Amino acid sequence: MSGMNEFLNNIPEFDFEEVFVIPWSEFGDSFIWIFLMGFFVTATCGMLGSFIVWRRMALVGDAISHSVLPGIVIAFLVTQSRDTMPMFIGALSAGVLTTVLIEFIHSRSRVKTDAALGIVFTTLFAIGVVLVSIYGENVDLDTDCVLYGEIEYVSEDTQVASGPLAGVPLQVARMGLVAVAVLLLMIVFYRQLLVCSFDPGMAQSMGVSPAVVHHGLMILLSIAVVSAFEAVGAVLVISMLIFPATTASMLSDRMPVIMGLTVLIAALTSFFGMHLALWLDVSTAGAMSVVVSFWFGLAWVFSPRRGLLARVMKKKVDLFAEQN
Amino acid sequence: MRFDKMWQRLYRGIVLGCVFLGDASLRADRIGEMDSISYGGQFLRFFSMEDPLLRTVLLGSLCLGLCCGLLGSFIVVRKLSLVGDALSHAVLPGVAIGFIVAGEKDPVAIFIGATVAGLLGTVLVSLIKNTTHIKEDSSLGMVLAGFYGVGVVLITMIQKTSVGNKAGLDKFLFGQAAALTDKEVGVMAIVAFVSLLVVVVFYKQLLVGSFDAAYSKALGLPTRFFHYLLMLLLAFSVVISLQAVGAVLVSAMLIIPASSAYLLTDRMHRMLILACLFGMITGAFGAFLSYMGPNLATGPLMVLAASSVFVVCFFFSPKHGIISRWLRFRRRANRVRSENSLKAIYQVRESLGFKGEGVLLSDLGDRMRESAKEVKSRVDALVRYDLADLKVHDDSCEVYLTPEGWVRACAVVRNHRLWELYLTKQAEFEPDHVHDDAEVIEHILGEDTVRELERLLDFPTRDPHGKLIPSLTDLQRTLTYASSKGEEASGYSMPKG
Repeated sequence: MSGMNEFLNNIPEFDFEEVFVIPWSEFGDSFIWIFLMGFFVTATCGMLGSFIVWRRMALVGDAISHSVLPGIVIAFLVTQSRDTMPMFIGALSAGVLTTVLIEFIHSRSRVKTDAALGIVFTTLFAIGVVLVSIYGENVDLDTDCVLYGEIEYVSEDTQVASGPLAGVPLQVARMGLVAVAVLLLMIVFYRQLLVCSFDPGMAQSMGVSPAVVHHGLMILLSIAVVSAFEAVGAVLVISMLIFPATTASMLSDRMPVIMGLTVLIAALTSFFGMHLALWLDVSTAGAMSVVVSFWFGLAWVFSPRRGLLARVMKKKVDLFAEQN
Repeated sequence: MRFDKMWQRLYRGIVLGCVFLGDASLRADRIGEMDSISYGGQFLRFFSMEDPLLRTVLLGSLCLGLCCGLLGSFIVVRKLSLVGDALSHAVLPGVAIGFIVAGEKDPVAIFIGATVAGLLGTVLVSLIKNTTHIKEDSSLGMVLAGFYGVGVVLITMIQKTSVGNKAGLDKFLFGQAAALTDKEVGVMAIVAFVSLLVVVVFYKQLLVGSFDAAYSKALGLPTRFFHYLLMLLLAFSVVISLQAVGAVLVSAMLIIPASSAYLLTDRMHRMLILACLFGMITGAFGAFLSYMGPNLATGPLMVLAASSVFVVCFFFSPKHGIISRWLRFRRRANRVRSENSLKAIYQVRESLGFKGEGVLLSDLGDRMRESAKEVKSRVDALVRYDLADLKVHDDSCEVYLTPEGWVRACAVVRNHRLWELYLTKQAEFEPDHVHDDAEVIEHILGEDTVRELERLLDFPTRDPHGKLIPSLTDLQRTLTYASSKGEEASGYSMPKG
């Protein structure tokens, strides 16, 4: 048990002043960027996630978040730069390739969709990891970044040189743009998305093509995943994608409310995740993921209508009513 | 014979995969090192089991492949592939806690911690599914990501402690087979043995549960027990694979070898054997490649080896491969095409009252409503199959059916007309609605079905449109008649109605 003790001793004392106040008063700048980055990532993924979860595509999100890796690495290798555009194109094509390959394997052989998904994304991810470990030095990308993300370093990123966003770290500006774009697209195409997610047959009869909406959503998902990739890594994107949406859906049935809640959850997650990471001195992305799953745990137990407690209470009330 | 062919193809595929992968790793930036030591020599050294260190690695990856293939087959046929994925991520906090409690990288403590975490994950998935409206895929994703997040936090905390710092826990994410110790391989061997034993002993129960859960329940089998037994074994094999493959890619070693085997055979026991073989081969090969390049994590290489096998199976599997399916499809399409041509020839002859032997290509073209070129190519196909002969005159071409061609033509027409009659008589279709249906089914009806139809319809002679149906006895008589009397090849005469 000596290891246990050493481990426990290593957990820093919780000091409200040090964890919550000092970062803001003394290093305000860098922390606001980390917070904003986390917020943008979680909000973008959360908004998309509300639809992804309803459409039962949660694991497609997982698959895409893994398989953009080779796209990013190949884009790096070809252009030898960390420019945004080539990276986006590489990741997008990898994302599209994933959905196409899954569909191809599923429709052309007896392999079921779930297995096809598992085969495609692990293979692409493996290719990405091998490329990273062979050419790692050249692409300035290591496997740690792939796994945990590097949101801590976001404020050290090169800053936007001019324009209204001058002084904002490039990654944050990019993620903010993606978040705004996703929000706008969701508002503009809200009806189409909604009807396609809940009743594809009706959508067809209304002249909305479910296939177009599906592919559009996939492309948006790829964009969101690739811009979040450097911040939170390949695996933790999935918690940002699923948890806010499922948590919100424990609390409400209305899509607009759900989407509003995901944004709120995003802000809370980013804030508390960052401070948890500060306190325990651990990976920020990991801490955010823990915090966001904690919200789900809360909603699962305490949700007024659907929570475990509410269910137990309801059962008791029913039983009581039956007895009388 | 068929099986031999399959193995041959398989072997060739695996060799191809090796060449591809070997090539890729040769192009790495260590070409200089590669020159000094021969590739083949290293290969021999790795697989000869002489070096004790390498022997550990090789044995470990073989055990791993065996376990993953064995249990992967079950989860693939049970459509639980993504449970494997979720489980493999969910073990991570267990690994960390096992490490914390033991205070060192103790395989047994890590094994216990990871198994508990994995099982907790699967229980949570079903709990979320049962108590909320959230669908299974989302609950899998949540368990996967939530546990993984906790694991990442714990591991980054451990890495700050004095022991954790150099324990190489991050190797659990992508795997490093070279770091396998004898003790770990011992645990792996035990797990492999236990899994094998359980699968052999409970083979029937697991089989029934995998393919027909309702039936297995009706038999009174404890379905739930077997499900959790399987999950336990699955958690075991994920856990032992962690060191070598890594948490992120274990699911690939579960799914890919089993899916490759699934493409090759329809029998569960064969699938199990093939999946184990694939798992072992790709496991060993991945470990070998990672040994060749010190910076390369083992997991991704094993996965790439496994995917190469899958790609080969996907294209070349004798029964389910794309290419063989395409060939089969083409063969069938060709058969349908020539049967249609034969039928058209029959119909032209019938319209002429079966006078003369040959059929003018121009008449055939009118009948089939096709261009002269298309008709020519179809007749050429018939000639290639020895179903017809072509005679070229000065200004026209005539096609003659060989005896075999004539019998086939009669059979197709017979199928068509019997089916039309059946539909009008037994299924009460209108006579003008039956043609299209018969057009499709005429190529599929087997001999037995045709006889059955004939009996049902009381040996009819005319179809709903009043045309004669060539009968079976007519067909047989044609053959004997033609050969005994030495008459013209197509000496089949219609019964005088």
